[in-house]
Amino acid sequence: MNKAHTSDHLPKSSLVPPRPMDLSEKPLLQVRSVSKYYGRRVGCEDISFDLWPGEVLAIVGESGSGKTTLLDCISTRMTPTSGMVNYRMRDGTMREVFRLGEAEKRFLMRTDWGFVHQNPADGLRMTVSAGANVGERLMAIGKRHYGDIRETAADWLEQVEIARDRIDDQPRAFSGGMRQRLQIARNLVTGPRLVFMDEPTGGLDVSVQARLLDLLRGLVAELGLAAIVVTHDLAVARLLSHRMVVMKEGRVIETGLTDRVLDDPQAPYTQLLISSILQV
Amino acid sequence: MTSATLHDIEAQQGAIADYNFAYLDEQTKRMIRRAILKGIAIPGYQVPFASREMPMPYGWGTGGVQVTASIIGPDDTLKVIDQGADDTTNAVSIRAFFARMAKVRTTTHTAEATVIQTRHRIPEEPLHEGQVIVFQVPIPEPLRFLEPRETETRKMHAVEDYGLMHVKLYEDIAQKGHIATNYAYPVKVKGRYIMDPSPTPKFDNPKMHRSEALQLYGAGREMRIYAIPPYTDVVSLDFEDYPFEIQHFEEPCALCGGTDVFLDEVILDDQGGRMFVCSDSDYCEDRRAHGHRGSLSPDILDGASADGDKEGTEA
Repeated sequence: MNKAHTSDHLPKSSLVPPRPMDLSEKPLLQVRSVSKYYGRRVGCEDISFDLWPGEVLAIVGESGSGKTTLLDCISTRMTPTSGMVNYRMRDGTMREVFRLGEAEKRFLMRTDWGFVHQNPADGLRMTVSAGANVGERLMAIGKRHYGDIRETAADWLEQVEIARDRIDDQPRAFSGGMRQRLQIARNLVTGPRLVFMDEPTGGLDVSVQARLLDLLRGLVAELGLAAIVVTHDLAVARLLSHRMVVMKEGRVIETGLTDRVLDDPQAPYTQLLISSILQV
Repeated sequence: MTSATLHDIEAQQGAIADYNFAYLDEQTKRMIRRAILKGIAIPGYQVPFASREMPMPYGWGTGGVQVTASIIGPDDTLKVIDQGADDTTNAVSIRAFFARMAKVRTTTHTAEATVIQTRHRIPEEPLHEGQVIVFQVPIPEPLRFLEPRETETRKMHAVEDYGLMHVKLYEDIAQKGHIATNYAYPVKVKGRYIMDPSPTPKFDNPKMHRSEALQLYGAGREMRIYAIPPYTDVVSLDFEDYPFEIQHFEEPCALCGGTDVFLDEVILDDQGGRMFVCSDSDYCEDRRAHGHRGSLSPDILDGASADGDKEGTEA
């Protein structure tokens, strides 16, 4: 659509993204030549990009294209075979995440980062109450006042549209959509600056998906969160993200502003992907 | 704690010995002593050790027996408690075991003992310097029921990632209105490691704090030893608005009239009759020997005749 954006389609090894948000800010996260091999098979190969504070980046591609591998590598859930991931800590220093000590890494993951799993059961403690699920991160960073923890948890449940009186129910008693919203509350309670989401709307029916997306959009905008969202659903990318990375067979084949990529896809594979969306 | 073998001792008495002093061989004892020393150096840290088969089933105190066997010497005096009592099966057989295998003096009096092996209680009488109390531990990992992976719990201890422990206490309050954990109540040792005090009632937790005696914990099946050196800070976990509390009893011991002690409920008949007596049998006997009497003491009941009988069924 916009001619100025056509230059976004760059060789895959030197993907310098457009600056979508605040120009004066420095990048929050730098991913440099990250590769992950499973034996001789490629998980993802030579991926580089920057993420700015408050920016939402979608990683799209078909099943098996390496999206989740890449997300796991960036979020330190998995160690990449090679490459570097740098993160700007709250004190402004840039740190290489794989050089952080185990204690520092855990602290980062439960304060400044969040991870929303596709299956809520992976991200929640299914046998403790909703309140404790939300409160766990608070207790992990040293909060020791039961009344305050409970109040904060109740506020967050309300923010994600779960009734306050469900605070003592276990997530097992929740529907799929509620579980996913609870998982989001659990991640956001410590005010993270970066949230990773792996197919956050996967497995939900469309009306629930729509409400969840609406909620996520609101929260991301309101809290100024940066997020990396992995999805195979281009509609999710369209609604949530500022910028998009298209992956195929472990490599990035196209990147750019979401609207540009979706409305004016350059790479043949992206064109195929977009034209495959079912029109109702 | 000398290296005199059972053989030396029995040789003097003209008997034939088939076992080393205190049952375990000297190499094993050295290995266990190394684990104990490491445990003392890092209070509350669970030290792995190569637990041996003992002539008793797991769950009967194999860990405690191995620790006791490794530290006991011919000049020690041993007391063994099971749920506070000196006369229950576990206590009697372990005491007999060491009387035979180490030829040590045994006692039921807390003050006389140099080594006290215990299951589920800390004596009411304060321990003093020079005493060692050995706990039998079934499950040493306080995080076990919250996080089943041992690989993960060890990491959590290593990096002091203890938020999960408070999740358990939060759940108690949310569901029951108070912290409902009554035994194996988690403690933080010397401001660092979270530790399971073995299934002692939380009533005994304050006794661990800055105790004059050395506290050793042995878990035979789980192959872990941990320790609290004398005069170490031991703090029970809690919330600011739900502070740690010990159990309170409404009536004194029915036999010795003791208050501020941990009581056992004893069912008297199938009409609902019951009495509460000291769980620490030695403490109770000692008080009675000094003239203290409770509402159901035999001499009081005799003196009160018919009234006493009535009182007995109502109490």
